[in-house]
Amino acid sequence: MQLIPCPWCGPREEVEFHYGGQAHVAYPAEPAELSDEEWASFVFFRDNPRGPFAERWSHAAGCRRWFNAVRDTRSYELLAVYRPDQERPVTT
Amino acid sequence: MTADIATRRSPLDGWTSRLAELAPAVRLAERPFVSQLTLRLPDSSRAAAVSTVLGVELPSAPCTFAKGTGPHGPVEVCWLGPDEYLVLAQPGLQRTLESALRAAIGDAHGAVVDVSAQRTTLTLSGPNARDLLAHGCAVDLHPSVSPTGTCVQTLLAQAGIILLVREAEFVVLVRASFATYLAAWLLDAGTEYREQPT
Repeated sequence: MQLIPCPWCGPREEVEFHYGGQAHVAYPAEPAELSDEEWASFVFFRDNPRGPFAERWSHAAGCRRWFNAVRDTRSYELLAVYRPDQERPVTT
Repeated sequence: MTADIATRRSPLDGWTSRLAELAPAVRLAERPFVSQLTLRLPDSSRAAAVSTVLGVELPSAPCTFAKGTGPHGPVEVCWLGPDEYLVLAQPGLQRTLESALRAAIGDAHGAVVDVSAQRTTLTLSGPNARDLLAHGCAVDLHPSVSPTGTCVQTLLAQAGIILLVREAEFVVLVRASFATYLAAWLLDAGTEYREQPT
């Protein structure tokens, strides 16, 4: 089973974690100004890259904290994990 | 007509003799009614005041617990998250501790919640205790990886637990509604360690 390194608890089994979708999706600065199409884009449309992808994970069965991870969608390899208050690290 | 006397029953009330069947390889027992309080303290400026009330420093390293003896007797404080702790104390102290901790936090941002009824406590000791836990828990409990003072939140046989490594025993805190399931699972997983009938 894949081990996911929680930034606080260290490596734990994947079943302890919950997936939270793409990371760094910023809330609109002026929500009232958005058209329906822009809202739909914000709520439903996500990137689907082939390669490194920054996504949110929650250590649901452990410390229950959210964190971000950069995962290669081709190999499922986790290139980096970092706390929500940290910048996305540079991965090659 | 209903009885007006509330009798408190632990989740594993009536399991005592069944849990004792695994001895001497695994000494398994419930420690009911441990006082448990969830402490949220994002404001670290009150950590010293809280430590004075409990008589123990709040654990700063993830996945550890601190133990000590203070004004309210022996207390263990478990790290549950970057600003979240679980305070374990002797039975019956939850009200006293709750108000004492609230007074220590004062106006600062924080929360104290009595969660004594949320979980029950199982202790495991004996030569095969670690082997038994390893049947359903992926965390490495070897002393070189998880020394005394380790406190992990993980899954044991798919049930969420808080696991404390004390000097001579393991402590498993499990939700009350999962307690009978986990007790039955432990008894089943421990079959191979039972004494063979002669």
